[in-house]
Amino acid sequence: MGFPHSHDLEAGTILSRHFGDASARRLEPWTGMGGYDGLKKAVGMEPPEITAVVKDSGLRGRGGAGFPTGLKWSFMPQEPTGPHYLCCNADESEPGAFKDREVLRWVPHLLIEGCLIAARAIRAQHVYIYVRGEYFPYTKILNDAVVEAYEAELIGKDILGSGWDCDLTVHIGAGAYIAGEETGLMSSLVGGRAEPRVKPPFPAQSGVFGRPTTVNNVETLAAVPMILTGGAEWYRQWGTEKSPGTKLWCCSGHLERPGTYELPLGVPLKDIIYDVCGGIRGGRKLKAVIPGGSSTALLTPDELDCPSTYEGLQEAGSSLGTASPIVMDENTNLVAVIRRTAEFYAHESCGQCVQCREGTAWVAKILHRIETGGGRLKDIDTLYDLCEQLTGRTICVLADSVVFPLRSSLDKFRADYEALIGGGAR
Amino acid sequence: MSDGGTTMVSLTVDGVSVTVPAGTPVIQAAERAGIVVPHYCYHPGIPSRPAQCRMCLVAIEGQPKLQPSCVMVVQDDMVVHTQMESEEVRDAQQAVIEFLLLNHPLDCPICDAAGQCMLQDYAYETGQLESRLVDPKLVMGRDRIADDILYFADRCIICTRCVRFMDDIAGENSLIVAQRGHKAYIDTFPGKDLDHPFRGNIVDVCPVGALVHEDFVFKARAWDFDTSPGVCGGCSQGCNIDVNVKENQVVRVKPRYNPDVNGYWMCDEGRRHLVMANRGLRADVPLIRRNGALEPVTWAEALEWVAERLPAGRGGVARVTASESNETLHALRGLLAHLGIDGGTFAVRRGETAGLPGFPQLELRAERAPNGAGARLLGYTERGELPEASGRTLVVLGDRLADADPSFGADAAFFLYLGSHLSAAARNATAVLPIAGAGEAEGTFVNVDGRVQRFHQAMQPQGVARPGWMVVARLLREVDGERAAVRDVRSAFAALADAVPEFSGLSWQGLGLKGARLPAMSPAGSGAR
Repeated sequence: MGFPHSHDLEAGTILSRHFGDASARRLEPWTGMGGYDGLKKAVGMEPPEITAVVKDSGLRGRGGAGFPTGLKWSFMPQEPTGPHYLCCNADESEPGAFKDREVLRWVPHLLIEGCLIAARAIRAQHVYIYVRGEYFPYTKILNDAVVEAYEAELIGKDILGSGWDCDLTVHIGAGAYIAGEETGLMSSLVGGRAEPRVKPPFPAQSGVFGRPTTVNNVETLAAVPMILTGGAEWYRQWGTEKSPGTKLWCCSGHLERPGTYELPLGVPLKDIIYDVCGGIRGGRKLKAVIPGGSSTALLTPDELDCPSTYEGLQEAGSSLGTASPIVMDENTNLVAVIRRTAEFYAHESCGQCVQCREGTAWVAKILHRIETGGGRLKDIDTLYDLCEQLTGRTICVLADSVVFPLRSSLDKFRADYEALIGGGAR
Repeated sequence: MSDGGTTMVSLTVDGVSVTVPAGTPVIQAAERAGIVVPHYCYHPGIPSRPAQCRMCLVAIEGQPKLQPSCVMVVQDDMVVHTQMESEEVRDAQQAVIEFLLLNHPLDCPICDAAGQCMLQDYAYETGQLESRLVDPKLVMGRDRIADDILYFADRCIICTRCVRFMDDIAGENSLIVAQRGHKAYIDTFPGKDLDHPFRGNIVDVCPVGALVHEDFVFKARAWDFDTSPGVCGGCSQGCNIDVNVKENQVVRVKPRYNPDVNGYWMCDEGRRHLVMANRGLRADVPLIRRNGALEPVTWAEALEWVAERLPAGRGGVARVTASESNETLHALRGLLAHLGIDGGTFAVRRGETAGLPGFPQLELRAERAPNGAGARLLGYTERGELPEASGRTLVVLGDRLADADPSFGADAAFFLYLGSHLSAAARNATAVLPIAGAGEAEGTFVNVDGRVQRFHQAMQPQGVARPGWMVVARLLREVDGERAAVRDVRSAFAALADAVPEFSGLSWQGLGLKGARLPAMSPAGSGAR
């Protein structure tokens, strides 16, 4: 299932309303479905007004960190001294996440509209959509939509006769997870290596081409048009006080019905797994869930009663992340899962910070050895120590990303490690 | 707080209060407090600071995480704890060392950086004796990254100083980090060669033994050679250098920091200059012409023999070199006056210039000699052709006459040759007095900006050769015993400063290791120029 089971607007299926309907990709049917109404409204508004609406809606970044979107926009200089830029982060690379792909694939015009509204709010003259290289079939869909929108004068000069100009460029990355980190993305966009840099300066001070820049996730921007047409209060009918609105959930693993589902924030994680996704495949027992994409701490079956909000999952000791639960049944070799995860991060480390460059690869080596029968009990101590060294000591959080699943698996499934190490004689 | 227009900031580093200009990174403030925070990617001469080696982390009160002190800027009342005080900082630094050593080959016994390696030093300081790695190391191998530079990828710690030197200072993006993560290595940009005339500096900035000059590989251990402060004789820039000498041979030349001349850098031609300068057939013993042939004699005999025969007051011609020290060139003026010779000429080889966009005051200058400015101030003029010496007294000092006609000087009435090399033309001399070659004596040069710079003796002269000023002074005493003897290089310089107005006010002591501008050419006196 690549799209939701319900197209019911009342149930909060707003972003994904047209998922599965290929006609929504074309401009003409799309405008008939209410497409670009938000932009029409936005061109009549001043930038601070747009930002205020988004602030009031409580929309939080959907890329993983959950930073309030309106607040982020308000960091941009109010009196431009030169060009501003908006970057749409479509470098969706977190293992487990495939929600942005669905937006690009089914409703590209919704994303374009969201980008333009955001650009107006932050006084940007140019939008860059940075799409991960592996998404080329969806990039083609997006590009076709951009061409249509240019032809309809929805992008470019004098948008909708308002006298406001804004261009949009789709850029295809070369396939690097770290290009999804905002400073890495900007470096890659301007021709450098996808390497994060120290902040400050923050992107709102110095970003693309050294100019004030805002970087927003695809899903975040796609939510903006409806917030503008429906209003902040309308959007807040879903979700909770601190996590308003709806969220795309990318459910994968040993589920009866894996897929992308749009749900109001706050549905208990347990219900997502057992009701929405139909429970564990083959009636087997659940072993663990990595709730927010591979870089979040895993949860045991008795920890799933938490509400699926930013704050709810944080209280449960994990993180909402990209809302991409990876569900594993009782037959899962958890050490192999963590080893594979560590290998991913070792492969994707940009290689700047020593801890991350050497540490992630070391973790993968140790886990590989444990998995293949060469483990020693003191390896577990070494892994715990590495968790300490990989946390909070690097430029970006890629090293921290390997620690969350690793440490939680050591804490909660130590027996799995010890069983593979065997005896503990060594 | 303000100090002469610069806003000053006061902070505490490990309990020591320091006041530094606003904008100073914490690592430099710590240095003021006498604390070196270990670091790899930070280099004071390279502007970009990626803060990626994570070695210079320090604890700052009020900050939840450790912060890289190379980019963290000082703030008033900041309280910093370095590895001297903070267990957490020590722990983080030790972890970085352990991580770096995971895949680092422990080939210190054959590594050219051993003894001067920042990884080796810090590893000893942290004191972890054994690695916890039981898995195989990653092996990457070695590459030729430039004609004369080798890259040992296994030793590389990806601090990117070399890449950033090329980007920021050389202004040429010829080096890159290839691949990523633990497979990252340094390479040339596809289709580009690393042939920049200042590329050798990447070896100097390398904190470990990853980048090595091929002509230095396995040549000497860092603790085996002597190091003397010198001044490069390659061109009129006068880069400050450290001369590494082993068994009286120059094994390596490194730039010595001087913010007013060369910063941390020097060009590759300069690196080779001193190694090459003393090659060739050397003059290593006094020679006098008896019965048509040159015959080796003692200094005493040679000086007496020459003094007896030198035709005083009868005029003649003189040829010198812009590679000799001011002390020697000035001493020679006394001898030339005794002989009745005015002026004198020297030749300078010229070559193409090369610059460093990121440090514009440093240039490989067209004038490929270190002391053209000094020679001019001391009354010599530049002239390509050799003087007409037929039937006259001819004095040659320093000019090797390498390209001269082999018969040059043969028909001179008296041909006195003071030099370090014996070319065919030099063998026409009536007497040869051997003087020290480059790096073999102390002295001063005047560089292109009018800066007088001292260089130390780096090695022994060949045979019984002596510094030029000393030989000339001894000869003068021989011909005119009344003169005050110049006893040492300090008094030779004092005599020069007394006699030549441009040098007045300068003292040997005052020149120090960084030199001083000629008073008439210093900014205050620039109007008189």
